[in-house]
Amino acid sequence: MNFYAVYAILLREAKIFLREKERIVSILISPLLFLFVMGRGITGGHSPVAGFTYQQFIFPGIMAMVILFTSITYGLYIVWDKRLDFLKEVLAAPISRATLFFGKAMGGMLGALIETVILLVIGALFILPQTLLQVLLCLLAAFPVAYMITNLGLTIGARMKSMEGFGLVMSFLTWPLFFFSGALFDLQTAAPYIKAISLVDPVTYAVDLLRIIMLGQGYFTLWQDLGAIAAFCLATTLIGVSAFGKLQQEK
Amino acid sequence: MAAIITDNLVKRYAEVTAVNGVSLEIPEGEVFGLLGPNGAGKTTLISMLATLVRPTSGTALVAGRDIIKEPLEVRRNIGIVFQEPSVDDLLTARENLQLHSMLYGVPRREIAPRIEQFLKLVNLSDRADSLVKTYSGGMRRRLEIARGLIHGPKILFLDEPTLGLDPASRKAVWTHIRELKERHNTTIILTTHYMEEADSLADRIAIINQGRIIELDTPEALKRKVGQDLVFLKGEIDEAALRALPFVKTVERENSHYKISIEDSGANLHALLNAGGKITEVEVRRVTLDDVFLKFAGQQISEDADEKAEGMFERIAQHKAVRR
Repeated sequence: MNFYAVYAILLREAKIFLREKERIVSILISPLLFLFVMGRGITGGHSPVAGFTYQQFIFPGIMAMVILFTSITYGLYIVWDKRLDFLKEVLAAPISRATLFFGKAMGGMLGALIETVILLVIGALFILPQTLLQVLLCLLAAFPVAYMITNLGLTIGARMKSMEGFGLVMSFLTWPLFFFSGALFDLQTAAPYIKAISLVDPVTYAVDLLRIIMLGQGYFTLWQDLGAIAAFCLATTLIGVSAFGKLQQEK
Repeated sequence: MAAIITDNLVKRYAEVTAVNGVSLEIPEGEVFGLLGPNGAGKTTLISMLATLVRPTSGTALVAGRDIIKEPLEVRRNIGIVFQEPSVDDLLTARENLQLHSMLYGVPRREIAPRIEQFLKLVNLSDRADSLVKTYSGGMRRRLEIARGLIHGPKILFLDEPTLGLDPASRKAVWTHIRELKERHNTTIILTTHYMEEADSLADRIAIINQGRIIELDTPEALKRKVGQDLVFLKGEIDEAALRALPFVKTVERENSHYKISIEDSGANLHALLNAGGKITEVEVRRVTLDDVFLKFAGQQISEDADEKAEGMFERIAQHKAVRR
């Protein structure tokens, strides 16, 4: 692993994030609609967790959603890199595919972190004021969550041929991952098939972890959440590095 | 030491064999030209040598390193300028060079001075901090060349480096290439469509067609194989008498005129005209690489074209038959 090269790639990604501010804003739109329209619009929508409103209850879920959307979109963006031929330059560089993969994954984490900070500020102002410790723990939790989902996006992006597949991935992967995670409801009272599917959804554990931090109560235990997230991080690293290993120059 | 040695390199794709058994040796400091029609396998060959595409069989040593076993070591020693520009649009020229230097392990202290040096070399110093997406095609090319050089590669691959450039930019690129060879003894592998370019730059030229090298020699020797000079004659020509002359290499009829390749037109033209019969028009010119290319690759190209078309229709027909 060439950490200087990882840093070089991260630096490039950071510059692009700063230059393409509309990307950052556009990703926040759907989550904010859920938070402010659905969160306040559902009549009598009371929270499954005592002492919180429904809007406050879904806030951790919306934060997971922001990380999910940012990270997947970022990962799929390497299809765009392929089109722009920028990837060719990086593929030809004397760095291993694992180095390239980690550089890209760090870039995805950086993007997700920027979004998380923005959402935390909005949340603190309008929805759910938190202690400094809670804010720090949320940011800390965002790292592995963003990492595993970026990996997923990069893996799919590495195999995708064109940006046309983007819509398909959003419909068949991103939205289901979001809805089955229990971001908008309590898994305890959900239908059995939802519970069953949610167990294999990495976002479930992200939502739960964030709920434990922000609301003090979750569906699983803290260790179950951390364990599952660690396992997903490991698994997605393996499939991602392998997918990057197969990337060849396209004719 | 040889910069590149290839041993029976082959790359097969599902439908075509792009490179079909290439064995070469390129000494250090040589400018090596690869000529061939579109789809002849030039880019695939370069991509394999640059470790971007894995060969189906065979291997090569590039800068003394095996392209299959030590791809990262090979990459450290080479620079590539791609056919299609691959500079990052969303970054400035300086940032592109910075990223590249970091990826290629240029020592940190040297990065900034080298960027200045190479920006100057390709005349981009005054636009160094503009985003590349505001650049013209020629500027991108030049940036790309600077990027290919900044880590001081021993071997440089240039895939159609002047494609789509205006004549002035093309000449500037040629000058850079000559300087590299002279000052740094860089080995340069160059593919091009422009015969003039190959003629003026390359020490040796390989003509590649259908994935095979069909001719390999210095530009002068290749031209000698066609004859030194070409004479075009119109009128009632005595073909047999022409063929009988010792200095005549070939006589071909093309439409309304005869194309005759001869040695040393200065000494022999007079004899040729005397023997030729009733001549109404004469044109004499030196053999160019175009003639060489047409002689060695031209015929095969037209044969290929027929073959391929037939194959395609056959395939469609077969496909339809299967579906029924």
